[in-house]
Amino acid sequence: MRDVHTSAISDAVKKLCMEANWSLEPDVLRAFDRALGTERSPAGQQVLQILKQNAAMAREQRIPYCQDTGFVVCFVELGQDVHVTGGALDAAINQGVSQGYGEGYLRASIVRSPFDRVNTGDNTPAVVHVDVVPGATLKILIMAKGGGCENRSKYKMLTPAEGVPGVKDWVLECVRTAGPDACPPLILGVGVGGTFEKAALLSKKALFRELGSPNPDPQLDALERELLAEANRLGIGPQGYGGDTTALGIHLLAYPCHITSLPVAVTIECHAHRHKEVTL
Amino acid sequence: MVKTAADGVKELATPLSDADVESLRAGDRVRITGVLYTARDAAHGRLLPLIEKGETLPFDPRGQIIYYTGPSPARPGSVVGSIGPTTASRMDKYVPALLKLGLKGTIGKGYRSQPVKDALRQHRALYLGAIGGAGAVLSQFVKKLEVVAYEDLGTEAIRRLEVEGFPAIVLYDCHGGDLYQDGQKAYARAGA
Repeated sequence: MRDVHTSAISDAVKKLCMEANWSLEPDVLRAFDRALGTERSPAGQQVLQILKQNAAMAREQRIPYCQDTGFVVCFVELGQDVHVTGGALDAAINQGVSQGYGEGYLRASIVRSPFDRVNTGDNTPAVVHVDVVPGATLKILIMAKGGGCENRSKYKMLTPAEGVPGVKDWVLECVRTAGPDACPPLILGVGVGGTFEKAALLSKKALFRELGSPNPDPQLDALERELLAEANRLGIGPQGYGGDTTALGIHLLAYPCHITSLPVAVTIECHAHRHKEVTL
Repeated sequence: MVKTAADGVKELATPLSDADVESLRAGDRVRITGVLYTARDAAHGRLLPLIEKGETLPFDPRGQIIYYTGPSPARPGSVVGSIGPTTASRMDKYVPALLKLGLKGTIGKGYRSQPVKDALRQHRALYLGAIGGAGAVLSQFVKKLEVVAYEDLGTEAIRRLEVEGFPAIVLYDCHGGDLYQDGQKAYARAGA
């Protein structure tokens, strides 16, 4: 067994929250550059240039890339030979979020109840998913998930007969209905298969793959490429002002499913794709 | 009076007149100098009952622009943190009542409903777009900020911003023009 103290977890989460909001990952910046090479619309070109400028300003001045500094979604890959000491894992993560959002001048966007809607003041709690995996390390992946794009995420139970064409139609329908509300250029995480909640979880996890990298499954990779090409023919473009860059990436994850089902969950992510990870 | 600068961008100064509004078309790029009031979901939820009861609002909406945003906190020595637009359609139900009181514009992002479009035409008003997710860049145009109401709402409080050259684009004009529709039609390709 290897001990990992909760204070190390809090410190790591605090840092990840601040850095995610100040500093877009290189995969997103490279995707902006690729888009600038193909975008035909002058308005679209201008938006992409401003987004690059925005990323540079945020990094240099340590102010958030977007004022919506997101809901912290935290995936923990907990090695089964790790012993968390010093307190509860969940509390440690939330302490890190609270410190990161406070000390980083990040916006508190979480209300304590969906009904009375009183702001918790420190952006806690995070949404935490823990997977127990082989090994003696603890990996933390966080995403600062924007509300505007999350509001356009969707789920549909297709029938097995609808098959691949059905999945394609549904994903493109999600891009269409997300439109400018979700701040295109978008990134889509698509979870196919499993059960209702499994598909939704996969759709979030899919977003952590490096933007522009191939899907390790050749069949899914081919489908991703087809979907991305078609999404970028819709004409929505950066900010919905019209153009060729509606999506920067569409990432699929699949899981076995029941003989009756073809669940498809689509998480819509905006260009402020703030994701960071660390291994303790 | 709306002037066109050498770079083709229209210079807007608040408060806006009907003539200012009527001179603009969807797709026009603008720079706004003057005052913007911030308000989003929770603040609108408090304004509507006041309007319904005929009570005075925390600010006089005549000729003014509401910016749908909830800024991130300012670092010490800064005017504001990041300050980009939020999705406007959540505020659609409040728009007609505010335009009736003389509000001349809103700034946000995303599609709006037909009743909003109709109200813009009826009351001569604009729906402007700021670039969603460009909150760091947009912060540099805010020169002064003060909370005018609902401080308890935190980021959702109503703030009075003094802005200089705040960049926006006309999404819906008061003549039925719609940048989203025109722009997207121009770039949609067969088979999509």
